[in-house]
Amino acid sequence: MTVLQSSHSQDQQILVQVSNMKKHFSISKGLIIERKVGSVKAVDGVSFLIQRGETLGLVGESGCGKTTVGRTLLGLYPATEGEIYIDNHNVRQARRDEMLTIRRKAQMIFQDPYASLNPRWTVNSIISEPLRVHKIFTSNKEKSERVQELLNLVSLSPRLVNRFPHEFSGGQRQRIGIARALASNPAFIVCDEPISALDVSIQAQVVNLLEDLQDQFNLTYLFIAHDLSMVRHICDRVAVMYLGVIVESAERNELYENPLHPYTQALLSAVPIPDPKKGRARSRIVLTGDVPSPINPPSGCRFHPRCPIAKDHCSIDVPEWRQITDDHWVACHEV
Amino acid sequence: MGQLVWRRFRRHKMAIFGAVTLILLFIYSIGGALIFPESYANFADTPLRLTAPNLQHPFGTDTIGRDVLARTIYGGQISLMIGMLAVLIEVVLGILVGALAGYYGGIVDSILMRITEAMLNIPEIFLLIVMAKFFGGEIPEVDLFGRTFSGSVIVIVLIIGLTSWMYLARIVRAQFLSLKENDFVLAARATGTSNFEIIFRHILPNSIAPIIVSATLGVANAILAEAYISFLGLGVQPPTATWGNMLDGANNYLESAPWLWFFPGLLILLTVLSINFLGDGLRDALDPHSRAA
Amino acid sequence: MANHILEVRDLSTRFHIAEGTVYAVNGISFHLDHGETIAVVGESGCGKSVTMLSILRLLPIPPAEIVRGQALFLGRDLFDLSEREMENLRGRDIAMVFQDPMTSLNPVLTIGRQIGETLRIHMGLEKEVIRERTIKLLEQVGIPDPIQRLNDYPHQFSGGQRQRAMIAMALACQPSILIADEPTTALDVTIQAQIVELVQRLREQMNMAVIWITHDFGVVAEIAERVLVMYAGYIVESAPVDKVYENPRHPYTMALLAALPRVDRRRSARLRSIPGAPPNLLVEPTGCPFAVRCELVTERCRVEMPPLILHGPNHQAACWIDVSTGIPF
Repeated sequence: MTVLQSSHSQDQQILVQVSNMKKHFSISKGLIIERKVGSVKAVDGVSFLIQRGETLGLVGESGCGKTTVGRTLLGLYPATEGEIYIDNHNVRQARRDEMLTIRRKAQMIFQDPYASLNPRWTVNSIISEPLRVHKIFTSNKEKSERVQELLNLVSLSPRLVNRFPHEFSGGQRQRIGIARALASNPAFIVCDEPISALDVSIQAQVVNLLEDLQDQFNLTYLFIAHDLSMVRHICDRVAVMYLGVIVESAERNELYENPLHPYTQALLSAVPIPDPKKGRARSRIVLTGDVPSPINPPSGCRFHPRCPIAKDHCSIDVPEWRQITDDHWVACHEV
Repeated sequence: MGQLVWRRFRRHKMAIFGAVTLILLFIYSIGGALIFPESYANFADTPLRLTAPNLQHPFGTDTIGRDVLARTIYGGQISLMIGMLAVLIEVVLGILVGALAGYYGGIVDSILMRITEAMLNIPEIFLLIVMAKFFGGEIPEVDLFGRTFSGSVIVIVLIIGLTSWMYLARIVRAQFLSLKENDFVLAARATGTSNFEIIFRHILPNSIAPIIVSATLGVANAILAEAYISFLGLGVQPPTATWGNMLDGANNYLESAPWLWFFPGLLILLTVLSINFLGDGLRDALDPHSRAA
Repeated sequence: MANHILEVRDLSTRFHIAEGTVYAVNGISFHLDHGETIAVVGESGCGKSVTMLSILRLLPIPPAEIVRGQALFLGRDLFDLSEREMENLRGRDIAMVFQDPMTSLNPVLTIGRQIGETLRIHMGLEKEVIRERTIKLLEQVGIPDPIQRLNDYPHQFSGGQRQRAMIAMALACQPSILIADEPTTALDVTIQAQIVELVQRLREQMNMAVIWITHDFGVVAEIAERVLVMYAGYIVESAPVDKVYENPRHPYTMALLAALPRVDRRRSARLRSIPGAPPNLLVEPTGCPFAVRCELVTERCRVEMPPLILHGPNHQAACWIDVSTGIPF
């Protein structure tokens, strides 16, 4: 896949810029002397831009590498290759001080509201951790005022500051996680499946909260999810991942109404619609087989073994990342 | 937070019992020394050897006529000190090695765990002898509780501490290996929290339960190990009393003079039990999941 | 009724735990016809799984207690059967598929062995026959190269294939009822689509009745003929599938549907969220459990649980209010 932009641009409208990012996890064997026996190509050359204030959706099935994209982007996993800029900071080359600045500006919301909060810490310690680490306030009074303010922002009672995570429901815990992410006044938040562990009636609450916060603080989101309906609702642009690469990206309605890549088409047609009459009327592309292993991804186009329209050359040539219309890109020979 | 822990701890009746007993044991062995001088504990009234408990000698006398009560008091100072200090070394080393190996993984883990396994594989007796020779004779005497301890006590503490941390290290490593995969650790890293804080403020408090269990067992082991080492002639030398060597000396008089083993045995048992209860209480009090009062 | 293969009457299940009593299922009644597919839909803790586990007598007693109720399978009350009779019936007449195939499969036995075991226990077949049947079953559920896969262990199967293997195991004895408890929740949408299609095909081939437990209204629309909506241990609405979506009669059903974004529609507004959270099941229910979150709530709702009121053929809802007008009946 060719890159969107080969050199870092200074456009102030662009907050996040990722070019040809790769993350390979090596598989090693041996006790003291480790030798590499292979690598999982979790992310294998991904490029995208995120404008200030917009929400980019990253969708794909489990194992496609979308979570790894979020974590590598924030420097939580060291990237194997590529360029990553967040607010003009070079994530891959940042030294300690610059890294702390990046950490303050870019935050993360996690999928599992149980595992993402330290069970031994009170809500107060959890939410004030970023304040402490980044030395945002010096006095305890200011710190606790900020914690109260953050709890109010996420509609939790400030009286609950001394409670422990297990005393809250899943939805409430997710609000605590959001409050922690907001504490350092970030510009950018990676939301890694923030609602998929929540019940339907709670999902809408959290999504609305995320949207309100975005409006209020002009936040930029990378929204990683597998729920394509929710992604259409919340995201401005959507990128579809398959086996470590982005196969298609477009403005949301363009992508959902005019999907070009056969994988996107199959994915969208598999989403069940809560309307039995419409569901019966629509035709579905059922993919055969399973997603291949990212250790040895298929040659050429990675989707070719499951693709309903694959031709001979699809197994040989890697499809080019092509611009179809203004903001619609796709990597497929047959489009 | 501190208040909450104390409130939970207070509800744990056995833990309160343990804490009180432990304090009484300290008062017994330190306060008792104010009543009997050390020379009395080591004074052999040979004609009165193997006297059963009576008014003069409430705990009886030993094989060469020394007062068992006074000896349990002075022995208690040494045994309690060895138990506590050796476990302190064990816990510090075990946590450090286990935490670093488990958290960093990779090459750090490989090296630290190979060392740990090597330590476990060398017979303990061999380690003890080597270390006793290595440290022996070079350590000056120390003054504590207004009493002079020979350097051998410090040697014993070091030996026991340095040979007992391996199991704890493996437990802590296993805890760290699984806990570090939790999203809250990733969240801390995303916040910019330093590795030091992640290890000690995030992960360690979550692995406190097995550490406490291991440490309480360690105290009992250390008190008994002291007897074993002294028996080999490498530790506390006669006539200085310890609970361990008193128990050891009662070997041949199990039936004929039961007071010889009963009193030091009871004191060791009380120490171990009270530390155990205390540990249980601490573990529950520190666990936010246990229902608060 | 002769056509009911399963009829549950007034089932109540509670759990006695240290914190008190959990009112998990509170007097629910429903039926399942021969060859019919119903979906039981609701959020976590609504009692949908507990209901099925109660019927199959798979709950540990204590802490669970089936306070009252009947579960009539072909007219026989399952709660009156001996443990032995129940064991024979489970897997042979009523089979179950669970959400997580990895925890329901034994990791140290081959897939072939595990499917074969079911056949051996319930049908007492010969070794050779078992092998042939197992291969046939794996073929039926769409696992390629069944003869080779027979000797593979569960970890060698992908998530979707494991769920297929689970279904093969459940269908081994040609049960008359298949209970599927969130069988696709852990799977990706493309794999979910495969499994949904598979179950539909097999149901027709084997004329089996299916109870599909889920929280996903999208899946419900695809698979079910009739829908039971559960909330806090009650069935709050029961209706033919088209009616649930076209004309929901319970405020909870309406709110849930309104809270769903649609993959096939452009965004029009914010999502309609339901305020609050499901009730604490440790409190003995009085009145309608949805009352505190309901927009149409009246005084009566808070004190008296509404009965299921008939709105049309097979369409009932437990609400004091006519949701189309907002006025109490």
